Amino acid sequence: MNDAIQERFERIAARPVVLDVRQLGMSFPGVGGVFAHALHDVSFQVRRREFITVVGASGCGKSTLVRILAGLTGHTAGEVLLDGKPVNGPGPDRGMVFQGYTLFPWLSVLKNVMFGLEMQERGHDQARSEALQWLELVGLGNKAEVWPHQLSGGQRQRVAIARALAAGPRILLMDEPFGALDPQTRANLQEHLLQIWQQVDITIVFITHDIDEALWLADRVLVLQPPDAEHRGGWLREMVDVPLPVPRTREMVNSPAYRATREHLEHLIHPPRAAAAERLPVFKMTKAGDEVL
Amino acid sequence: MARSAWRVAGSLPPRLAGALWFGAFLLPVVAWSALSYVPWLWHPQVLIDHAGDSVYAVDMRVESSAFADAVVQAQRSGTAAPRGDRVNPVFLPAPHEVARALWTGFTTPPLRRGDPWLHESIGHSISVILWGFVISALIGVPLGILCGAIPALSRLIEPFVDFIRYMPAPAFGALCVAVLGINDAPKIAIIVVGTLFQMVLVVANTTRNLDRALIEAAQTLGASDKRLLTRVVVPGILPNLYTDMRVLLGWAWTYLIVAELIGASSGISWYINQQGKYRAYDNVFAGIIIIGLIGLITDQVLGWIGRFVFPWSGQQPSRPSQIAFAIVSFPLRLPYIMLMLARKYDPKAGQQ
Repeated sequence: MNDAIQERFERIAARPVVLDVRQLGMSFPGVGGVFAHALHDVSFQVRRREFITVVGASGCGKSTLVRILAGLTGHTAGEVLLDGKPVNGPGPDRGMVFQGYTLFPWLSVLKNVMFGLEMQERGHDQARSEALQWLELVGLGNKAEVWPHQLSGGQRQRVAIARALAAGPRILLMDEPFGALDPQTRANLQEHLLQIWQQVDITIVFITHDIDEALWLADRVLVLQPPDAEHRGGWLREMVDVPLPVPRTREMVNSPAYRATREHLEHLIHPPRAAAAERLPVFKMTKAGDEVL
Repeated sequence: MARSAWRVAGSLPPRLAGALWFGAFLLPVVAWSALSYVPWLWHPQVLIDHAGDSVYAVDMRVESSAFADAVVQAQRSGTAAPRGDRVNPVFLPAPHEVARALWTGFTTPPLRRGDPWLHESIGHSISVILWGFVISALIGVPLGILCGAIPALSRLIEPFVDFIRYMPAPAFGALCVAVLGINDAPKIAIIVVGTLFQMVLVVANTTRNLDRALIEAAQTLGASDKRLLTRVVVPGILPNLYTDMRVLLGWAWTYLIVAELIGASSGISWYINQQGKYRAYDNVFAGIIIIGLIGLITDQVLGWIGRFVFPWSGQQPSRPSQIAFAIVSFPLRLPYIMLMLARKYDPKAGQQ
């Protein structure tokens, strides 16, 4: 890790803590009084303007984690503090971008972005001009009067980001926001997101199952692990600092630091033994001839 | 290559769709015409026009087999045989007779002085339906939305509503008359009883089907419960709610027939009943067809309007359709346009 990167991490460490997650646990009441455990003793802190990604195999509770942070799901143990105050239920201080398309189909793009501002009793004219600025920021100022169904998937998610930011949150929670997009659009949106993050005073917690996405975007990657013998519920395996300079470029994907970190993450998320255990049994279903091998 | 429209999950070209729409009405009419005009298809009776020496009288309808026996009998005994034409039973009038009845129904004064004309009967029916439906909707829609949106209310209200909905609305007829008298009030009440409880459940279900993620998105944007209802739930379900209302309006017509026969009979079903008593089955058919036409036209018009009032649902109406809508809706939009103009050219606003 070179000095510039080291120095950046020290700068981040000096900033105030925005989000403080303490021994968070969550178990759902399941069938026959058995509890299904989603999270087990998860603790971490996010500092101001930090970009955190959370990765993990399916079933590790990443979505539950972000929904608890948003206040959409309750938790059964520990606490979540935003600026030192405990989180109870959803609120405009935590913006959220969902995986599915959640723009309100009955409102124009502009009215969608104005929604959060109007909930905060801003006057119509002020809400309108602020919303237009946010649309400009995501590069969709020319789509203000269009219906959401007329936008492409990538454009919809950009509007969703503008809508979440317009409400003035302290922290932006993103639950696999680019999961439904094709790889090209996805790469574009990742770059847009980093640019927006640099221009806006916002802290981001970003959930994904894509290791490259997690690594390329974040200052720090949280690795969640599915429940096992010792952990009842998804648990925090490791926090990995990303040794890459900011701003990011696509070429960094080829750097040794990137590849080493990626290999480490890959190893954490998909241990080689587990992969072998899921190999299929050997069957021969073909007649002789025309062998593929 | 598109799959044929006649196969599972096939695609339907617009032209064929239009042709089939007409076919849907043409086929029954063709079948009915064949049955009426092709003598050997059915025609189980004979209408006597010459009694001869038989026991029959002119204009009597007798079964074909009995008629044939009578003819054989007459030939054997050397008396004059009855004559007549093969006809359908009186309850199946031919299309042209019903078409004539549709016309004469509106031009013939009622048999008894003081009875309503046909168009007055129809007008009365429509007003009963509308009142019943409006009252139903005023209670049922808000209640349904609340049940669909708030789980506790759903559990508190829906089981009992479900219980009542299985009671046939006509069963309340006697009760309605006892409480509300014999005029229009009990009729409207029957329609309310028939539609309200269904409406609560249907609307609640539609509300529950609203994408939860939209509500969650609004929550993370700081919407209170009240705002969630007014700014997210209601606009979110509106297109589906509109479709529900179209379906339920059809149900209201079903209850109309019962409703109009309790207390003082009135309306189109009174007309049908009355004509049935006179054995004027052409008029009966005319009355039934009128009800069908009113229902069909209402539904088509509402469906057509629906494409304009929910522009976000993604259906783009054709250009001529848009122009037609602009003309039809102009009187409704006029007050709004006047208001805007008044605001724009308000002399006081100019001085400020």
